Amino acid sequence: MAYSDKVIDHYSNPKNVGTLDKASKSVGTGLVGAPECGDVMRLQIQVDEATGIITDAKFKTFGCGSAIASSSLATEWLKGKSVDEAVKIDNMDLVEELNLPPVKIHCSVLAEDAIKSAINDYRVKNGLAELVFEEKGVH
Amino acid sequence: MLKLPIYLDHNATTPMDPRVLEAMIPYFTENFGNAASRNHSFGWHAEEAVDYAREQVAKLIGADPKEIIFTSGATEGDNLAIKGVYEMYASKGNHIITCTTEHKAVLDTCKHLEKAGAEVTYLEVQPDGLIDLKELEAAMRPTTILVAIMYANNEIGVIQPVNEIAAIAKKHGALFFTDGVQAVGKIPVDVIADGIDIMAFTAHKMYGPKGVGALYVRRKNPRVKVTAQMDGGGHERGMRSGTLNVPGIVGFGKAAEIARTDMEADTARISKLRDKLENALKQIDESYVNGNPAHRLPHVSNISFKYVEGEGLMMGFNKDIALSSGSACTSASLEPSYVLKALGLGDDLAHSSLRFGLGRYTTEEQIDFTIKAVTETVLKLREMSPLWEMFKEGVDIDAIQWAHH
Repeated sequence: MAYSDKVIDHYSNPKNVGTLDKASKSVGTGLVGAPECGDVMRLQIQVDEATGIITDAKFKTFGCGSAIASSSLATEWLKGKSVDEAVKIDNMDLVEELNLPPVKIHCSVLAEDAIKSAINDYRVKNGLAELVFEEKGVH
Repeated sequence: MLKLPIYLDHNATTPMDPRVLEAMIPYFTENFGNAASRNHSFGWHAEEAVDYAREQVAKLIGADPKEIIFTSGATEGDNLAIKGVYEMYASKGNHIITCTTEHKAVLDTCKHLEKAGAEVTYLEVQPDGLIDLKELEAAMRPTTILVAIMYANNEIGVIQPVNEIAAIAKKHGALFFTDGVQAVGKIPVDVIADGIDIMAFTAHKMYGPKGVGALYVRRKNPRVKVTAQMDGGGHERGMRSGTLNVPGIVGFGKAAEIARTDMEADTARISKLRDKLENALKQIDESYVNGNPAHRLPHVSNISFKYVEGEGLMMGFNKDIALSSGSACTSASLEPSYVLKALGLGDDLAHSSLRFGLGRYTTEEQIDFTIKAVTETVLKLREMSPLWEMFKEGVDIDAIQWAHH
């Protein structure tokens, strides 16, 4: 299976690889996936508490090229968005942008899960209730 | 000048040796006869060519030419051997012993027979990939008709103790079948010395054409028979009907002859390159060689690079280097290699493996390039891996409650 140019580009030059201070109150961390499934994503957001805007986003991913590209693209999209906007990022937007084939859609689902998990982590740290999301199905 | 891409997937298939192609060409055009045509020279020429190839193939494994049944490949050979024995020896018993790291052509054939009433024992392998002979001995029953254990494994290259396996089978009156696909033509295989009763192998793994293989069926001590799985003209001593693939068989013969004459020199050169590759890659932190290193094919190396995922790893160089990973990251199959899992490897290590299969045309320059590319990619991906970061921080990754999906 050949990868799309956009996947190859994100894989070769991943954006926002790194680590934010997970103990900080202004940082939300999402760790999703499992080693036995062959992919683990950690996505982190830094939120400006006054404005609710995501000022920085970082990721680290163990997985195939599509998983790396999905998380790299997700961090790009997160920066500058408000937390409320970020919740709306849909895995199918990632699929479309990266031209992921059907067998790689689970990588985009994982990235969406990572975003939501990071947001919830941030919310809980700041005394807000966890958002409940509907299941995206098996991936 | 290094020519890219580099092919290091010789366990999947091999390029055809130009000497093989040269031998085949006349049998497509001027010598196109049907080897079963007994009444004219076209048929006689074809039959003569097939007879000669049968000798070449037999000689490679120390067999008599009459013991060679030409097939379409090893999948057919595996099916014919196992199903053929099961049907032929039904009055004697219905128990088959095999192992969990066999090729799917063996495992799925056994599963098929289980539905038809066969009892099958699937032996586990030890962490080094070899079966435990004591377990084999213990699994033997009065109704055991067949022991089916591969000669060498396609993913990790380990060589099973065929001699000892054959002796145990014989002692209990069972036949010994071995899938010899990866071994024949690469290491010395002798059906008499090894005590093999039936063996499947194929041309395209030894620089011959695709679509042609052979089943060795012993004729003496004991005389083995298999029930044909295809009805028709009764070719190949009634065990495999179908017009013979004469050009393919001629090519198979030539490939077998070259494998026999060049084996020693090829092995010496290729194993040196394999060792160079493996020793260099072992220098990377947290890399593990899979399979018993002392009982292994000379051209294979299977290595897990912990905390990076195999498919992602291959993407770092797969425009330049062709090889295989034990990881499959698709929604159809998130399961990593069942062979590596059978060794007791955790899913993380199984997902992190690469299989290097060197071959006749592999050069030192290619190996140097591969060492550099693989090392750089592993290091780069580890910088991107959350698992590597946790490992470095001393987090016990196995203790984390992962959300299984």
